Amino acid sequence: MESCPSVKNILLLDSEGKRVAVKYYSDDWPTNSAKEAFEKAVFTKTQKTNARTEAEIAMFENNIVVYKFVQDLHFFVTGGESENELILAQVLQGFFDAVGLLLRGNVDKKEALENLDLILLCLDEIVDGGIILETDSNVIASKVASNSMDAGAPLSEQTISQALATAREHLARSLLK
Amino acid sequence: MAQPLVKKDDDRDDEADYHPFLGIEKGAVLQEARVFNDPQLDARRCSQVITKLLYLLNQGESFTKIEATEVFFAVTKLFQSRDIGLRRMVYLMIKELSPSADEVQIGTDISYIASNIKVIIVTSSLMKDMNSKTDMYRANAIRVLCRITDGTLLTQIERYLKQAIVDKNPVVASAALVSGIHLLQTNPEIVKRWSNEVQEAVQSRAALVQFHALALLHQIRQNDRLAVSKLVTSLTRGTVRSPLAQCLLIRYTSQVIRESGGNTQTGDRPFYDYLESCLRHKAEMVIFEAAKAITELSGVTNRELTPAITVLQLFLSSSKPVLRFAAVRTLNKVAMTHPMAVTNCNIDMESLISDPNRSIATLAITTLLKTGNESSVDRLMKQITNFMSDIADEFKIVVVEAIRSLCLKFPLKYRSLMNFLSNILREEGGFEYKKAIVDSIVILISDIPDAKESGLLHLCEFIEDCEFTYLSTQILHFLGIEGPKTSDPSKYIRYIYNRVHLENATVRASAVSTLAKFGALVDSLKPRIFILLRRCLFDSDDEVRDRATLYLNTLGGDGSVVETDNDVKDFLFGSLDVPLVNLETSLKNYEPSEEPFDINSVPKEIKSQPLAEKKAPGKKQPGLGASPSGPASTVDAYDKLLSSIPEFSNFGRLFKSSPPVELTEAETEYAVNVVKHIFDSHVVFQYNCTNTIPEQLLENVTVVVDASEAEDFSEVASKPLRSLPYDTPGQTFVAFEKPEGVPAVGKFSNMLRFIVKEVDPSTGEAEEDGVEDEYQLEDLEVVAADYMLKVPVSNFRNAWESMDPESEQVDEYGLGPRESLTEAVSAVINLLGMQPCEMDYYSGHDYGKGSEVVPNNSRSHTCLLSGVYIGNVKLLVRLSFGMDSSREVAMKLAVRSDDVNVSSAIHDIVASG
Repeated sequence: MESCPSVKNILLLDSEGKRVAVKYYSDDWPTNSAKEAFEKAVFTKTQKTNARTEAEIAMFENNIVVYKFVQDLHFFVTGGESENELILAQVLQGFFDAVGLLLRGNVDKKEALENLDLILLCLDEIVDGGIILETDSNVIASKVASNSMDAGAPLSEQTISQALATAREHLARSLLK
Repeated sequence: MAQPLVKKDDDRDDEADYHPFLGIEKGAVLQEARVFNDPQLDARRCSQVITKLLYLLNQGESFTKIEATEVFFAVTKLFQSRDIGLRRMVYLMIKELSPSADEVQIGTDISYIASNIKVIIVTSSLMKDMNSKTDMYRANAIRVLCRITDGTLLTQIERYLKQAIVDKNPVVASAALVSGIHLLQTNPEIVKRWSNEVQEAVQSRAALVQFHALALLHQIRQNDRLAVSKLVTSLTRGTVRSPLAQCLLIRYTSQVIRESGGNTQTGDRPFYDYLESCLRHKAEMVIFEAAKAITELSGVTNRELTPAITVLQLFLSSSKPVLRFAAVRTLNKVAMTHPMAVTNCNIDMESLISDPNRSIATLAITTLLKTGNESSVDRLMKQITNFMSDIADEFKIVVVEAIRSLCLKFPLKYRSLMNFLSNILREEGGFEYKKAIVDSIVILISDIPDAKESGLLHLCEFIEDCEFTYLSTQILHFLGIEGPKTSDPSKYIRYIYNRVHLENATVRASAVSTLAKFGALVDSLKPRIFILLRRCLFDSDDEVRDRATLYLNTLGGDGSVVETDNDVKDFLFGSLDVPLVNLETSLKNYEPSEEPFDINSVPKEIKSQPLAEKKAPGKKQPGLGASPSGPASTVDAYDKLLSSIPEFSNFGRLFKSSPPVELTEAETEYAVNVVKHIFDSHVVFQYNCTNTIPEQLLENVTVVVDASEAEDFSEVASKPLRSLPYDTPGQTFVAFEKPEGVPAVGKFSNMLRFIVKEVDPSTGEAEEDGVEDEYQLEDLEVVAADYMLKVPVSNFRNAWESMDPESEQVDEYGLGPRESLTEAVSAVINLLGMQPCEMDYYSGHDYGKGSEVVPNNSRSHTCLLSGVYIGNVKLLVRLSFGMDSSREVAMKLAVRSDDVNVSSAIHDIVASG
């Protein structure tokens, strides 16, 4: 209760429950098969509900899951049992709307996979290690989409060679020990 | 585009199914990753390859260490490109592949060096980015860097991070703050040095920076109550901009409220005004957080609750399912402790029964069941019936449990509720659901006498067509107990005997037992029961035949119809008064001989641990209970040990052995603990001693006990320990005589006396001459609880009712102000040393839970205890606790036992404790 609001995972599944992109921030599902089992359970239980106009909500294994569907894409955000449901819903909405902006309204599985880099960057900008970074979809989308060349950055050739020199030195030291 | 060669076996449209990663394969992608090494980098191409790699990782594909390392090195080359999109992908990739902090710290070999090199290479590139003019680079570089860094590297970049925290760009500041929150777990001492910068960031005008800064600042100070309290005081007066930060502040405020313990007498709770003002915030998230915080305040009053309930009620009619769910879930919790406060929402709740979200509907129904009044029951049941058909089993179970409590609350309404239960019992459903229904019917039958006959018939009809063996046997057992007491027992016989024909062996055996119980209690049915039992003698299963034979013999089925004597009734209906584990152990240890197995030889005490090891005979059990951390020794083992000592052999049967009590502080020269062995007219103290000094050998170790504060005890024997070498535990004993059967109490002071000899550490040989020395031990008390055995009863209510009501003694006690009910309950349990039993349906709620568990926030509680007092006197105790607003706890204690004197002895214990 005293802790910071936290997100346990964000899932983007297709209409058969297969992964488009997922990100886990909690150790509750240590293995890939545990993750898949959770995704399957969540997907089957929510599949038949109508979460197309408003986000819906359900509980699974002491977790709260908020979810929203569009076309053949299913968006999920999971949080702990005592988490504020409305905070989770806001994270979901931020993710959902940002994806909508990034895919220019063409939100379906094909488009999402063709722009998977944007989806992954989007996830990266919303939550960091379970802590909410940003929930405003416009901000998220603009952070992801800023694709211009950076004129200010110098060529980093030198950086790399310096780094390799340091590394070699370190390697030698470790081996001599 | 080439068509895939493999023909698909379904007729789905290939075009629609196509996606860019269809059929990609790890090996091929790793090959493609060679483009990272091209002298002329194609940023677009590289981005695509990284995306493919990330896709593979995301699908659960794993890279071997070598693969990961190769990709990692290749990716670091991409820092040369100035393409911002590619750089972003590089950051992502590094985060996915980064060696975790553990790997860096633990690894010792090549992987250690490799991962260190990785970190060094990538660190210098990232540090460059961190100081870049592009904010996007800086923010991301900070996040990546903090993910892969370890303590030493962190000190190098600390200066930049501190700057970043107060950076004017909110994205950079947030990145540094969030990284700080993560780093606090691994490098707290470094992050704690950033307090000033974080403090400054709390004042930031950027909403999320404030949120992240507040979270970090609180975590830095979380162990300093005063600092947290100050933080909350200043912020609740100031302006907190973002709703998320506001939610955080509400959580911290409730923490401060909880820790301050509501110390004002007037009932004005500190910070309550702040929480209440948050109910008028413009963000729903904050309103809800505040409402939830208010409902969870410990000992919340109705006046405090009202504004919170009012906003939650508004949420109930929101168009957003999430909002409705959050509100109804919170109200449902409130209804458990303050049902009256929620009744105002009943109309809104009723409309939620038809909510398309079944979780919301179930929560609404169960809330209504908790808050409803007697007149609304019938209408409610009608609504629920329609609802039940379209929800999942897990929701149905919740509803069934709520109906059970409702029925116990309004026993007059049993007819409609029982009908409802029997209707749903006939419908489809899984085991857990059916079990919940059957349990509920059983509880209602036991609790509401009028409901008995109809309830039993419902159960009979159910077993006619029941697919669950477990439930059938449970019901048959229950029929055997309740059926014979009804007005017309004969009508159940048909249902029971049908089982003998139609079911599997387990159910058949159970039906045979039930028939026997009818035979034992209803004399008029006896001849017919005998006929039925005789038929069972030809059953194909041996257990069924054995049971039939046994019952025919015990009931006198040889033709003569006699009164069933009490022994037989005891045998058939009495509960087994020994723990099954103990019985199993004793049976395993029993060697077939002329002497029959005696059930009285089975110990009744439940052990903290089941008998783990059976030592071979003759082999001495080393370190019996001597090491305080070792496994708790069992009663059996103690019994053997004590009876092997001639001085104690005539003390009779060991009644109880206490768990070891430490008489020395941890890590002193000599570690001593004591086990109190209680006999009928003796008490033996077993001192388990350990010598922790390698240079010493102790000889002739005794404990000198001063019993001047224990008048009823007189020392009769002392058995010294001849030699106590280093780190080999040994025991010395002192025995006392006390009046027979009397639970004498007293305080004993102890002095360890011994001869100490120096040991040469090189040879391990001790010197010839020793010096006499003493070592003061802590005092030891024999208390009333030492005379109590923790013996559980399987069904508290049955046991309670079978005891003589004449023996009952009731009194009330004031326990003074207490921290919580939990504390009061455990204090009384410890004082009496009795076994807490499971909640029974007598207590209405929480059936089946341990009665020593006090639900959160509850202001009254019933606790059930059982035990056997010295002299083998069974006794049961019901404790009812109540707490008022000033935390004064009052307790009503009712005790029944086989011996009135013991009942009053219990009251004496409590009165003097």
